[in-house]
Amino acid sequence: MYDFLKSLDRRWIFLLMLLAVAIPILGGWRFPERPSPLVETVFDTIEDLPAGSRVWMAYDYDPASQGELHPMGMAFARHCALKRHKMYFMTLWPQGTVMVQSCLDMLKTEFPDLVYGEDYVNLGFRPGSEGPIKIIVTDLRKSVSSDINGVSLDEIPMTRDLKNVQGVDLIINVSSGTPGTKEWVLYASTPFHITTVAGCTGVQTPYLYPYVPDQLLGMLGAIKGGAEYEFLLLDAYPQLRDNPDAKEALRRMGPQLFGHLLLIALIVMGNVIYFMQRQRGEV
Amino acid sequence: MQRETLFWLGLMLVGGVLLGGRAILVGNGRQYVERVTTTADVAATEGAAAQAVELTDYVNIPARERDAPGVRVSFARTVGIWVAAFCTLGIMSFLLGETPPYKLVESVFVGVSAAYWMVVGFWSEIVQNLLSHLVPGLMRATLLPGLSEKTVPNYWYVVPLVLSVMMLWRLAPKGAWIARWPLAFFIGATAGIRLVSYLEADFVQQISSTILPLVVFGADGSFDVWASIKNTLIVSGVLLGLVYFFFSVPHKGVVGGLAKGGVWLLMITFGASFGYTVMGRIALLADRLEFLFDDWLWLIDPTLQRAGM
Repeated sequence: MYDFLKSLDRRWIFLLMLLAVAIPILGGWRFPERPSPLVETVFDTIEDLPAGSRVWMAYDYDPASQGELHPMGMAFARHCALKRHKMYFMTLWPQGTVMVQSCLDMLKTEFPDLVYGEDYVNLGFRPGSEGPIKIIVTDLRKSVSSDINGVSLDEIPMTRDLKNVQGVDLIINVSSGTPGTKEWVLYASTPFHITTVAGCTGVQTPYLYPYVPDQLLGMLGAIKGGAEYEFLLLDAYPQLRDNPDAKEALRRMGPQLFGHLLLIALIVMGNVIYFMQRQRGEV
Repeated sequence: MQRETLFWLGLMLVGGVLLGGRAILVGNGRQYVERVTTTADVAATEGAAAQAVELTDYVNIPARERDAPGVRVSFARTVGIWVAAFCTLGIMSFLLGETPPYKLVESVFVGVSAAYWMVVGFWSEIVQNLLSHLVPGLMRATLLPGLSEKTVPNYWYVVPLVLSVMMLWRLAPKGAWIARWPLAFFIGATAGIRLVSYLEADFVQQISSTILPLVVFGADGSFDVWASIKNTLIVSGVLLGLVYFFFSVPHKGVVGGLAKGGVWLLMITFGASFGYTVMGRIALLADRLEFLFDDWLWLIDPTLQRAGM
Protein backbone atom coordinates (compact mmCIF):
# COMPACT_ATOMS: atom_id res chain seq x y z
CA MET A 1 0.00 0.00 0.00
CA TYR A 2 2.77 2.38 1.01
CA ASP A 3 4.63 1.74 -2.25
CA PHE A 4 1.43 2.21 -4.28
CA LEU A 5 0.60 5.52 -2.57
CA LYS A 6 4.22 6.72 -2.73
CA SER A 7 4.18 6.62 -6.51
CA LEU A 8 0.47 7.14 -7.06
CA ASP A 9 -0.37 7.81 -10.70
CA ARG A 10 -2.03 11.23 -10.83
CA ARG A 11 -4.75 9.83 -13.08
CA TRP A 12 -6.15 8.04 -10.00
CA ILE A 13 -6.52 11.44 -8.36
CA PHE A 14 -8.34 12.79 -11.44
CA LEU A 15 -10.67 9.79 -11.37
CA LEU A 16 -11.37 10.19 -7.64
CA MET A 17 -12.11 13.92 -8.09
CA LEU A 18 -14.42 13.12 -11.01
CA LEU A 19 -16.33 10.65 -8.85
CA ALA A 20 -16.39 13.01 -5.84
CA VAL A 21 -18.00 15.70 -7.98
CA ALA A 22 -20.12 13.51 -10.27
CA ILE A 23 -21.79 11.28 -7.67
CA PRO A 24 -23.41 14.14 -5.67
CA ILE A 25 -24.62 15.67 -8.96
CA LEU A 26 -26.17 12.38 -10.10
CA GLY A 27 -27.61 11.82 -6.62
CA GLY A 28 -28.90 15.40 -6.37
CA TRP A 29 -27.46 15.74 -2.85
CA ARG A 30 -27.96 19.14 -1.20
CA PHE A 31 -26.99 20.56 2.16
CA PRO A 32 -28.28 23.43 4.31
CA GLU A 33 -26.53 26.80 4.15
CA ARG A 34 -25.82 29.33 6.89
CA PRO A 35 -25.40 32.84 5.44
CA SER A 36 -22.29 34.74 6.52
CA PRO A 37 -22.46 38.40 7.66
CA LEU A 38 -20.85 39.61 4.40
CA VAL A 39 -23.53 37.93 2.29
CA GLU A 40 -26.27 39.19 4.62
CA THR A 41 -24.94 42.72 4.15
CA VAL A 42 -25.17 42.40 0.35
CA PHE A 43 -28.69 41.00 0.59
CA ASP A 44 -29.85 43.69 3.03
CA THR A 45 -28.34 46.44 0.88
CA ILE A 46 -30.48 45.44 -2.11
CA GLU A 47 -33.48 44.59 0.05
CA ASP A 48 -33.45 47.92 1.90
CA LEU A 49 -33.34 50.08 -1.24
CA PRO A 50 -36.73 51.65 -1.95
CA ALA A 51 -38.63 50.02 -4.82
CA GLY A 52 -37.70 51.54 -8.15
CA SER A 53 -34.14 52.40 -7.16
CA ARG A 54 -31.54 52.55 -9.89
CA VAL A 55 -29.08 49.65 -9.80
CA TRP A 56 -26.08 49.40 -12.12
CA MET A 57 -25.52 45.73 -12.97
CA ALA A 58 -21.86 45.48 -14.00
CA TYR A 59 -21.50 41.87 -15.14
CA ASP A 60 -17.81 41.51 -15.91
CA TYR A 61 -17.46 37.79 -16.55
CA ASP A 62 -17.72 35.39 -19.44
CA PRO A 63 -18.75 31.76 -20.05
CA ALA A 64 -15.40 30.51 -18.69
CA SER A 65 -16.58 31.53 -15.18
CA GLN A 66 -20.22 30.67 -15.74
CA GLY A 67 -20.24 27.76 -13.28
CA GLU A 68 -18.95 29.93 -10.48
CA LEU A 69 -20.53 33.33 -11.13
CA HIS A 70 -23.67 32.95 -13.18
CA PRO A 71 -25.82 31.67 -10.27
CA MET A 72 -25.06 34.83 -8.29
CA GLY A 73 -25.57 37.00 -11.39
CA MET A 74 -29.03 35.47 -11.83
CA ALA A 75 -29.80 35.76 -8.12
CA PHE A 76 -28.92 39.48 -8.14
CA ALA A 77 -31.15 40.06 -11.18
CA ARG A 78 -34.00 38.06 -9.61
CA HIS A 79 -33.72 40.00 -6.36
CA CYS A 80 -33.71 43.37 -8.13
CA ALA A 81 -36.69 42.31 -10.25
CA LEU A 82 -38.64 41.23 -7.17
CA LYS A 83 -37.87 44.59 -5.57
CA ARG A 84 -38.85 46.38 -8.79
CA HIS A 85 -35.49 48.14 -9.04
CA LYS A 86 -34.42 49.65 -12.36
CA MET A 87 -31.57 47.54 -13.74
CA TYR A 88 -28.82 48.88 -16.03
CA PHE A 89 -26.83 45.95 -17.41
CA MET A 90 -23.36 46.53 -18.82
CA THR A 91 -20.26 44.40 -19.31
CA LEU A 92 -16.60 45.19 -19.84
CA TRP A 93 -15.94 41.67 -21.15
CA PRO A 94 -16.63 40.95 -24.85
CA GLN A 95 -18.20 37.57 -24.12
CA GLY A 96 -20.05 39.00 -21.12
CA THR A 97 -22.91 39.96 -23.42
CA VAL A 98 -23.93 36.27 -23.53
CA MET A 99 -24.16 36.21 -19.74
CA VAL A 100 -26.18 39.43 -19.62
CA GLN A 101 -28.51 38.12 -22.34
CA SER A 102 -29.08 34.99 -20.28
CA CYS A 103 -30.18 37.18 -17.33
CA LEU A 104 -32.47 39.16 -19.62
CA ASP A 105 -34.02 35.94 -20.95
CA MET A 106 -34.68 34.90 -17.36
CA LEU A 107 -36.32 38.27 -16.62
CA LYS A 108 -38.53 37.91 -19.71
CA THR A 109 -39.65 34.44 -18.66
CA GLU A 110 -40.01 34.83 -14.89
CA PHE A 111 -41.09 38.49 -14.77
CA PRO A 112 -43.16 39.05 -17.91
CA ASP A 113 -44.65 42.22 -16.43
CA LEU A 114 -41.27 43.98 -16.49
CA VAL A 115 -40.77 46.12 -19.59
CA TYR A 116 -37.47 46.47 -21.44
CA GLY A 117 -36.40 50.10 -21.41
CA GLU A 118 -38.58 50.94 -18.41
CA ASP A 119 -37.47 48.35 -15.85
CA TYR A 120 -34.23 47.04 -17.31
CA VAL A 121 -31.90 47.91 -20.13
CA ASN A 122 -28.93 46.18 -21.75
CA LEU A 123 -26.12 48.61 -22.51
CA GLY A 124 -24.00 45.80 -23.91
CA PHE A 125 -20.23 45.52 -23.99
CA ARG A 126 -17.97 48.53 -23.62
CA PRO A 127 -14.42 48.13 -24.91
CA GLY A 128 -11.33 49.70 -23.35
CA SER A 129 -10.84 47.69 -20.17
CA GLU A 130 -11.31 50.01 -17.17
CA GLY A 131 -11.46 53.11 -19.41
CA PRO A 132 -15.28 53.14 -19.72
CA ILE A 133 -15.69 53.12 -15.91
CA LYS A 134 -13.55 56.24 -15.64
CA ILE A 135 -15.72 57.94 -18.28
CA ILE A 136 -19.24 56.83 -17.33
CA VAL A 137 -18.91 57.88 -13.68
CA THR A 138 -18.83 61.47 -14.91
CA ASP A 139 -20.51 61.36 -18.35
CA LEU A 140 -22.44 58.27 -19.42
CA ARG A 141 -23.02 59.37 -23.01
CA LYS A 142 -19.35 59.88 -23.73
CA SER A 143 -18.88 56.12 -23.65
CA VAL A 144 -22.40 54.74 -24.09
CA SER A 145 -24.57 56.43 -26.67
CA SER A 146 -27.06 53.62 -27.23
CA ASP A 147 -28.23 50.29 -25.84
CA ILE A 148 -27.12 46.95 -27.30
CA ASN A 149 -29.74 47.23 -30.08
CA GLY A 150 -28.44 50.63 -31.18
CA VAL A 151 -31.37 52.56 -29.68
CA SER A 152 -30.27 55.98 -28.45
CA LEU A 153 -30.20 56.45 -24.65
CA ASP A 154 -32.35 59.57 -25.14
CA GLU A 155 -35.15 57.40 -26.50
CA ILE A 156 -35.09 54.86 -23.66
CA PRO A 157 -37.29 55.99 -20.71
CA MET A 158 -34.98 54.73 -17.94
CA THR A 159 -31.78 56.18 -19.43
CA ARG A 160 -33.21 59.46 -20.71
CA ASP A 161 -32.37 61.44 -17.59
CA LEU A 162 -29.42 59.41 -16.32
CA LYS A 163 -26.32 61.58 -16.73
CA ASN A 164 -23.72 59.31 -15.18
CA VAL A 165 -23.19 56.37 -12.84
CA GLN A 166 -23.18 58.72 -9.85
CA GLY A 167 -26.92 58.92 -10.48
CA VAL A 168 -27.49 55.27 -9.53
CA ASP A 169 -28.26 54.10 -6.00
CA LEU A 170 -26.13 50.98 -6.08
CA ILE A 171 -23.49 49.26 -8.21
CA ILE A 172 -23.59 45.47 -8.29
CA ASN A 173 -20.48 44.01 -9.84
CA VAL A 174 -20.02 40.35 -10.71
CA SER A 175 -16.41 39.87 -11.61
CA SER A 176 -14.05 37.16 -12.78
CA GLY A 177 -10.88 39.21 -13.26
CA THR A 178 -9.62 42.41 -14.86
CA PRO A 179 -11.50 44.63 -15.50
CA GLY A 180 -13.80 43.82 -12.62
CA THR A 181 -14.46 44.57 -8.98
CA LYS A 182 -11.06 46.13 -8.32
CA GLU A 183 -11.53 48.58 -11.19
CA TRP A 184 -15.03 49.54 -10.03
CA VAL A 185 -13.56 50.18 -6.57
CA LEU A 186 -10.68 52.21 -8.03
CA TYR A 187 -12.66 54.41 -10.42
CA ALA A 188 -16.23 54.53 -9.07
CA SER A 189 -16.73 53.42 -5.50
CA THR A 190 -13.72 55.09 -3.83
CA PRO A 191 -13.52 58.48 -5.58
CA PHE A 192 -17.27 59.07 -5.90
CA HIS A 193 -18.51 57.16 -2.81
CA ILE A 194 -21.05 55.15 -4.81
CA THR A 195 -22.39 52.26 -2.77
CA THR A 196 -20.96 49.10 -4.30
CA VAL A 197 -21.40 45.39 -3.63
CA ALA A 198 -19.74 42.57 -5.51
CA GLY A 199 -19.69 38.90 -6.28
CA CYS A 200 -16.43 37.42 -7.48
CA THR A 201 -14.51 34.24 -8.20
CA GLY A 202 -12.74 32.32 -5.48
CA VAL A 203 -9.36 33.33 -6.90
CA GLN A 204 -10.17 37.04 -6.50
CA THR A 205 -11.94 36.90 -3.14
CA PRO A 206 -8.92 37.00 -0.76
CA TYR A 207 -7.46 39.98 -2.62
CA LEU A 208 -10.70 41.97 -2.42
CA TYR A 209 -11.35 41.49 1.30
CA PRO A 210 -9.26 44.58 2.24
CA TYR A 211 -11.83 46.78 0.46
CA VAL A 212 -14.62 45.61 2.78
CA PRO A 213 -16.48 47.46 4.29
CA ASP A 214 -15.30 50.98 3.43
CA GLN A 215 -14.92 50.65 -0.34
CA LEU A 216 -17.08 47.56 -0.88
CA LEU A 217 -20.09 47.26 1.36
CA GLY A 218 -20.32 43.50 1.00
CA MET A 219 -19.10 40.65 -1.16
CA LEU A 220 -20.11 37.18 -2.28
CA GLY A 221 -17.06 34.93 -2.49
CA ALA A 222 -17.29 32.24 -5.16
CA ILE A 223 -20.07 29.66 -5.43
CA LYS A 224 -20.39 29.45 -1.63
CA GLY A 225 -21.34 33.14 -1.50
CA GLY A 226 -23.83 32.55 -4.32
CA ALA A 227 -25.40 29.62 -2.45
CA GLU A 228 -25.76 31.65 0.75
CA TYR A 229 -27.35 34.47 -1.24
CA GLU A 230 -29.81 32.07 -2.88
CA PHE A 231 -30.68 30.73 0.56
CA LEU A 232 -31.52 34.25 1.80
CA LEU A 233 -33.51 34.96 -1.35
CA LEU A 234 -35.59 31.79 -1.03
CA ASP A 235 -36.13 32.54 2.64
CA ALA A 236 -37.38 36.07 1.96
CA TYR A 237 -39.37 35.26 -1.18
CA PRO A 238 -41.19 31.90 -0.75
CA GLN A 239 -42.64 32.18 -4.27
CA LEU A 240 -39.17 31.25 -5.58
CA ARG A 241 -39.05 27.94 -3.71
CA ASP A 242 -40.80 26.08 -6.55
CA ASN A 243 -38.38 27.51 -9.10
CA PRO A 244 -35.49 25.04 -9.59
CA ASP A 245 -33.50 27.67 -11.53
CA ALA A 246 -33.34 29.79 -8.37
CA LYS A 247 -31.37 27.05 -6.59
CA GLU A 248 -28.44 26.67 -8.99
CA ALA A 249 -25.68 27.58 -6.51
CA LEU A 250 -27.31 25.60 -3.69
CA ARG A 251 -27.29 22.59 -6.00
CA ARG A 252 -23.56 22.98 -6.61
CA MET A 253 -22.67 22.81 -2.91
CA GLY A 254 -23.05 19.00 -2.78
CA PRO A 255 -20.16 18.45 -5.20
CA GLN A 256 -18.22 21.16 -3.33
CA LEU A 257 -18.45 19.28 -0.04
CA PHE A 258 -17.25 15.98 -1.44
CA GLY A 259 -14.58 17.59 -3.62
CA HIS A 260 -13.19 19.40 -0.59
CA LEU A 261 -13.31 16.30 1.61
CA LEU A 262 -11.34 14.40 -1.02
CA LEU A 263 -8.80 17.19 -1.30
CA ILE A 264 -8.34 17.37 2.47
CA ALA A 265 -7.87 13.60 2.56
CA LEU A 266 -5.29 13.79 -0.23
CA ILE A 267 -3.37 16.60 1.51
CA VAL A 268 -3.31 14.66 4.79
CA MET A 269 -2.28 11.49 2.98
CA GLY A 270 0.45 13.30 1.06
CA ASN A 271 1.87 14.69 4.29
CA VAL A 272 1.72 11.32 6.07
CA ILE A 273 3.60 9.68 3.19
CA TYR A 274 6.15 12.50 3.17
CA PHE A 275 6.85 12.05 6.90
CA MET A 276 7.03 8.28 6.49
CA GLN A 277 9.54 8.72 3.68
CA ARG A 278 11.56 11.08 5.88
CA GLN A 279 11.46 8.60 8.77
CA ARG A 280 12.75 5.85 6.47
CA GLY A 281 15.46 8.14 5.13
CA GLU A 282 14.05 8.03 1.59
CA VAL A 283 14.06 11.83 1.20
CA MET B 1 -0.86 -1.05 -31.78
CA GLN B 2 0.07 -0.30 -28.16
CA ARG B 3 -2.03 -1.87 -25.39
CA GLU B 4 -3.00 1.51 -23.93
CA THR B 5 -4.06 2.90 -27.33
CA LEU B 6 -6.14 -0.21 -27.94
CA PHE B 7 -7.81 0.22 -24.54
CA TRP B 8 -8.78 3.83 -25.20
CA LEU B 9 -9.95 3.04 -28.72
CA GLY B 10 -12.15 0.25 -27.39
CA LEU B 11 -13.50 2.47 -24.63
CA MET B 12 -14.38 5.21 -27.12
CA LEU B 13 -16.08 2.71 -29.44
CA VAL B 14 -18.19 1.24 -26.63
CA GLY B 15 -19.01 4.75 -25.40
CA GLY B 16 -19.96 5.84 -28.92
CA VAL B 17 -22.26 2.84 -29.45
CA LEU B 18 -23.95 3.38 -26.06
CA LEU B 19 -24.38 7.10 -26.75
CA GLY B 20 -25.78 6.52 -30.22
CA GLY B 21 -28.20 3.89 -28.93
CA ARG B 22 -29.36 6.14 -26.12
CA ALA B 23 -29.79 9.11 -28.48
CA ILE B 24 -32.00 7.00 -30.77
CA LEU B 25 -34.05 5.38 -28.00
CA VAL B 26 -34.36 8.26 -25.50
CA GLY B 27 -33.73 11.27 -27.74
CA ASN B 28 -31.26 12.89 -25.36
CA GLY B 29 -29.27 15.94 -26.38
CA ARG B 30 -32.10 17.40 -28.44
CA GLN B 31 -33.18 21.02 -28.11
CA TYR B 32 -36.81 21.90 -28.78
CA VAL B 33 -37.81 25.38 -29.93
CA GLU B 34 -40.89 27.40 -30.75
CA ARG B 35 -41.14 30.20 -33.27
CA VAL B 36 -42.23 33.48 -31.68
CA THR B 37 -43.21 36.48 -33.77
CA THR B 38 -43.43 40.00 -32.35
CA THR B 39 -44.17 43.34 -33.95
CA ALA B 40 -42.04 46.40 -33.23
CA ASP B 41 -42.99 49.97 -34.07
CA VAL B 42 -40.25 51.90 -35.82
CA ALA B 43 -40.55 55.66 -35.33
CA ALA B 44 -40.65 57.96 -38.34
CA THR B 45 -37.32 59.45 -39.39
CA GLU B 46 -36.35 62.07 -41.94
CA GLY B 47 -37.55 60.70 -45.28
CA ALA B 48 -39.10 57.54 -43.87
CA ALA B 49 -42.58 57.08 -42.43
CA ALA B 50 -43.30 55.18 -39.21
CA GLN B 51 -43.78 51.48 -39.78
CA ALA B 52 -44.40 48.20 -37.97
CA VAL B 53 -41.65 45.60 -38.33
CA GLU B 54 -42.22 41.89 -37.73
CA LEU B 55 -39.47 40.21 -35.70
CA THR B 56 -39.05 36.44 -35.53
CA ASP B 57 -37.25 34.58 -32.78
CA TYR B 58 -36.92 30.95 -31.73
CA VAL B 59 -37.20 30.34 -28.00
CA ASN B 60 -36.04 27.20 -26.20
CA ILE B 61 -38.86 24.96 -25.02
CA PRO B 62 -38.43 22.29 -22.29
CA ALA B 63 -38.46 18.75 -23.66
CA ARG B 64 -41.55 17.93 -21.56
CA GLU B 65 -43.55 20.18 -23.94
CA ARG B 66 -42.18 18.63 -27.13
CA ASP B 67 -45.62 17.39 -28.22
CA ALA B 68 -47.20 20.84 -27.97
CA PRO B 69 -48.30 22.42 -31.28
CA GLY B 70 -45.63 24.59 -32.92
CA VAL B 71 -42.76 22.95 -31.01
CA ARG B 72 -40.05 21.26 -33.05
CA VAL B 73 -36.48 20.04 -32.75
CA SER B 74 -33.92 22.71 -33.58
CA PHE B 75 -31.24 21.06 -35.66
CA ALA B 76 -28.73 23.89 -35.14
CA ARG B 77 -29.17 24.03 -31.35
CA THR B 78 -29.09 20.23 -31.05
CA VAL B 79 -25.81 20.13 -32.97
CA GLY B 80 -24.64 22.92 -30.65
CA ILE B 81 -25.26 20.76 -27.57
CA TRP B 82 -23.40 17.80 -29.08
CA VAL B 83 -20.48 19.96 -30.20
CA ALA B 84 -20.32 21.57 -26.73
CA ALA B 85 -20.28 18.11 -25.14
CA PHE B 86 -17.53 16.96 -27.49
CA CYS B 87 -15.50 20.12 -26.77
CA THR B 88 -15.89 19.64 -23.00
CA LEU B 89 -14.72 16.04 -23.20
CA GLY B 90 -11.97 17.01 -25.63
CA ILE B 91 -10.54 19.60 -23.25
CA MET B 92 -10.91 17.25 -20.28
CA SER B 93 -8.94 14.61 -22.19
CA PHE B 94 -5.86 16.78 -21.51
CA LEU B 95 -5.72 15.02 -18.14
CA LEU B 96 -4.53 11.96 -20.06
CA GLY B 97 -1.99 13.95 -22.08
CA GLU B 98 -2.00 15.98 -25.27
CA THR B 99 -4.59 13.85 -27.02
CA PRO B 100 -5.78 14.54 -30.61
CA PRO B 101 -9.29 15.65 -29.40
CA TYR B 102 -7.65 18.11 -27.01
CA LYS B 103 -5.44 19.57 -29.73
CA LEU B 104 -8.37 19.86 -32.11
CA VAL B 105 -10.63 21.59 -29.57
CA GLU B 106 -7.83 23.87 -28.40
CA SER B 107 -7.17 25.00 -31.99
CA VAL B 108 -10.87 25.62 -32.61
CA PHE B 109 -11.10 27.62 -29.39
CA VAL B 110 -8.11 29.80 -30.27
CA GLY B 111 -9.43 30.46 -33.78
CA VAL B 112 -12.99 31.21 -32.70
CA SER B 113 -11.80 33.50 -29.88
CA ALA B 114 -9.60 35.50 -32.26
CA ALA B 115 -12.46 35.91 -34.73
CA TYR B 116 -14.90 36.85 -31.97
CA TRP B 117 -12.58 39.53 -30.59
CA MET B 118 -12.02 40.91 -34.09
CA VAL B 119 -15.75 41.21 -34.83
CA VAL B 120 -16.54 42.68 -31.41
CA GLY B 121 -13.63 45.10 -31.74
CA PHE B 122 -14.83 46.27 -35.15
CA TRP B 123 -18.44 46.87 -34.13
CA SER B 124 -17.92 48.28 -30.67
CA GLU B 125 -14.72 50.26 -31.12
CA ILE B 126 -14.36 51.26 -34.77
CA VAL B 127 -18.06 51.66 -35.59
CA GLN B 128 -19.62 52.70 -32.26
CA ASN B 129 -16.77 54.59 -30.62
CA LEU B 130 -15.04 56.16 -33.61
CA LEU B 131 -17.10 56.37 -36.79
CA SER B 132 -20.35 57.26 -34.99
CA HIS B 133 -18.61 60.42 -33.72
CA LEU B 134 -16.75 61.26 -36.92
CA VAL B 135 -19.46 60.61 -39.50
CA PRO B 136 -22.74 60.24 -37.56
CA GLY B 137 -24.91 60.94 -40.62
CA LEU B 138 -23.32 58.16 -42.64
CA MET B 139 -23.49 55.74 -39.71
CA ARG B 140 -27.17 56.56 -39.11
CA ALA B 141 -27.91 55.85 -42.76
CA THR B 142 -25.93 52.61 -42.86
CA LEU B 143 -24.65 50.70 -39.85
CA LEU B 144 -26.29 52.43 -36.85
CA PRO B 145 -29.89 53.35 -37.71
CA GLY B 146 -30.66 53.93 -34.00
CA LEU B 147 -27.97 56.58 -33.58
CA SER B 148 -29.42 59.69 -31.96
CA GLU B 149 -30.34 62.57 -34.27
CA LYS B 150 -28.61 64.84 -31.74
CA THR B 151 -25.21 63.29 -32.45
CA VAL B 152 -23.14 65.74 -34.47
CA PRO B 153 -19.63 65.28 -35.89
CA ASN B 154 -16.92 65.66 -33.25
CA TYR B 155 -13.63 66.24 -35.03
CA TRP B 156 -11.57 65.64 -31.87
CA TYR B 157 -12.00 61.97 -32.79
CA VAL B 158 -9.57 62.53 -35.65
CA VAL B 159 -6.82 62.34 -32.99
CA PRO B 160 -7.52 58.71 -31.99
CA LEU B 161 -8.00 57.87 -35.69
CA VAL B 162 -4.54 59.22 -36.50
CA LEU B 163 -3.03 57.46 -33.46
CA SER B 164 -4.66 54.18 -34.56
CA VAL B 165 -3.24 54.50 -38.06
CA MET B 166 0.19 55.25 -36.57
CA MET B 167 -0.13 52.15 -34.39
CA LEU B 168 -0.90 49.99 -37.42
CA TRP B 169 2.16 51.38 -39.16
CA ARG B 170 4.29 48.75 -37.43
CA LEU B 171 2.88 46.26 -39.94
CA ALA B 172 4.36 48.28 -42.81
CA PRO B 173 7.77 47.23 -44.17
CA LYS B 174 9.23 50.67 -43.42
CA GLY B 175 8.66 53.21 -40.63
CA ALA B 176 7.75 50.77 -37.86
CA TRP B 177 9.14 53.33 -35.39
CA ILE B 178 6.04 55.49 -36.01
CA ALA B 179 4.06 53.01 -33.86
CA ARG B 180 6.15 54.03 -30.83
CA TRP B 181 4.47 57.43 -30.60
CA PRO B 182 0.90 56.24 -30.00
CA LEU B 183 2.27 53.49 -27.76
CA ALA B 184 4.09 56.11 -25.66
CA PHE B 185 0.88 58.13 -25.47
CA PHE B 186 -1.19 55.14 -24.30
CA ILE B 187 1.39 54.08 -21.71
CA GLY B 188 1.72 57.61 -20.36
CA ALA B 189 -2.03 58.22 -20.21
CA THR B 190 -2.74 54.83 -18.58
CA ALA B 191 0.02 55.31 -16.01
CA GLY B 192 -1.33 58.76 -15.15
CA ILE B 193 -4.91 57.57 -14.77
CA ARG B 194 -3.93 54.56 -12.71
CA LEU B 195 -1.46 56.39 -10.47
CA VAL B 196 -4.08 58.73 -9.08
CA SER B 197 -6.69 56.00 -8.60
CA TYR B 198 -4.30 53.55 -6.97
CA LEU B 199 -2.99 56.25 -4.64
CA GLU B 200 -6.50 57.10 -3.57
CA ALA B 201 -8.05 53.62 -3.33
CA ASP B 202 -5.13 51.35 -2.53
CA PHE B 203 -2.94 53.65 -0.45
CA VAL B 204 -4.74 56.52 1.29
CA GLN B 205 -8.07 54.72 1.76
CA GLN B 206 -6.36 51.52 2.90
CA ILE B 207 -4.34 53.42 5.52
CA SER B 208 -7.53 55.10 6.66
CA SER B 209 -9.26 51.70 6.94
CA THR B 210 -6.43 50.38 9.11
CA ILE B 211 -6.65 53.17 11.69
CA LEU B 212 -8.98 51.34 14.05
CA PRO B 213 -9.66 51.45 17.81
CA LEU B 214 -8.02 48.46 19.50
CA VAL B 215 -10.44 48.61 22.40
CA VAL B 216 -14.02 48.73 21.18
CA PHE B 217 -17.04 49.62 23.27
CA GLY B 218 -20.59 48.90 22.16
CA ALA B 219 -23.41 51.44 21.88
CA ASP B 220 -24.45 50.69 25.48
CA GLY B 221 -20.89 51.31 26.75
CA SER B 222 -20.03 47.62 27.28
CA PHE B 223 -16.68 46.20 26.18
CA ASP B 224 -16.99 44.44 22.79
CA VAL B 225 -14.49 41.57 23.01
CA TRP B 226 -14.81 40.20 19.45
CA ALA B 227 -14.68 43.60 17.74
CA SER B 228 -11.58 44.45 19.79
CA ILE B 229 -9.88 41.16 18.82
CA LYS B 230 -10.83 41.69 15.17
CA ASN B 231 -9.41 45.21 15.07
CA THR B 232 -6.24 44.15 16.90
CA LEU B 233 -5.72 41.33 14.38
CA ILE B 234 -6.19 43.68 11.42
CA VAL B 235 -3.78 46.31 12.77
CA SER B 236 -1.14 43.81 13.91
CA GLY B 237 -1.49 41.85 10.65
CA VAL B 238 -0.78 44.94 8.57
CA LEU B 239 2.19 45.92 10.74
CA LEU B 240 3.71 42.42 10.70
CA GLY B 241 3.28 42.19 6.93
CA LEU B 242 4.96 45.56 6.49
CA VAL B 243 7.90 44.53 8.71
CA TYR B 244 8.48 41.44 6.55
CA PHE B 245 8.77 43.62 3.43
CA PHE B 246 11.02 46.19 5.17
CA PHE B 247 14.48 45.17 4.00
CA SER B 248 16.47 48.26 5.10
CA VAL B 249 17.01 46.64 8.54
CA PRO B 250 18.43 43.11 8.94
CA HIS B 251 15.75 40.58 9.93
CA LYS B 252 17.38 39.72 13.27
CA GLY B 253 16.27 39.93 16.88
CA VAL B 254 12.92 41.68 17.44
CA VAL B 255 12.62 42.68 13.77
CA GLY B 256 13.36 39.08 12.74
CA GLY B 257 10.66 37.79 15.09
CA LEU B 258 8.12 40.26 13.76
CA ALA B 259 9.10 39.41 10.16
CA LYS B 260 8.54 35.73 10.97
CA GLY B 261 5.06 36.66 12.18
CA GLY B 262 4.57 38.43 8.84
CA VAL B 263 5.61 35.27 6.98
CA TRP B 264 3.09 33.23 8.97
CA LEU B 265 0.34 35.66 8.07
CA LEU B 266 1.33 35.53 4.41
CA MET B 267 1.24 31.72 4.52
CA ILE B 268 -2.26 31.80 6.03
CA THR B 269 -3.33 34.21 3.27
CA PHE B 270 -1.90 31.95 0.57
CA GLY B 271 -3.64 28.96 2.17
CA ALA B 272 -6.97 30.79 2.14
CA SER B 273 -6.33 31.79 -1.45
CA PHE B 274 -5.60 28.17 -2.40
CA GLY B 275 -8.79 27.04 -0.66
CA TYR B 276 -10.85 29.58 -2.58
CA THR B 277 -9.15 28.55 -5.85
CA VAL B 278 -10.04 24.90 -5.21
CA MET B 279 -13.64 25.95 -4.59
CA GLY B 280 -13.67 27.86 -7.87
CA ARG B 281 -12.24 24.97 -9.87
CA ILE B 282 -14.66 22.44 -8.38
CA ALA B 283 -17.54 24.80 -9.22
CA LEU B 284 -16.40 24.91 -12.85
CA LEU B 285 -16.08 21.11 -13.00
CA ALA B 286 -19.54 20.71 -11.42
CA ASP B 287 -21.00 23.09 -14.00
CA ARG B 288 -19.56 21.14 -16.92
CA LEU B 289 -20.58 17.77 -15.48
CA GLU B 290 -24.09 19.10 -14.88
CA PHE B 291 -24.20 20.18 -18.53
CA LEU B 292 -23.09 16.72 -19.68
CA PHE B 293 -25.49 14.83 -17.40
CA ASP B 294 -28.45 17.17 -17.86
CA ASP B 295 -28.47 18.91 -21.26
CA TRP B 296 -26.62 16.20 -23.17
CA LEU B 297 -27.26 12.79 -21.61
CA TRP B 298 -30.54 13.50 -19.82
CA LEU B 299 -29.38 11.47 -16.82
CA ILE B 300 -30.50 14.09 -14.32
CA ASP B 301 -33.18 16.76 -14.43
CA PRO B 302 -32.47 19.39 -11.76
CA THR B 303 -34.47 22.12 -13.52
CA LEU B 304 -37.44 19.84 -14.33
CA GLN B 305 -37.06 20.24 -18.09
CA ARG B 306 -38.26 16.71 -18.68
CA ALA B 307 -40.63 16.23 -15.74
CA GLY B 308 -43.33 13.67 -16.51
CA MET B 309 -41.62 12.32 -19.64
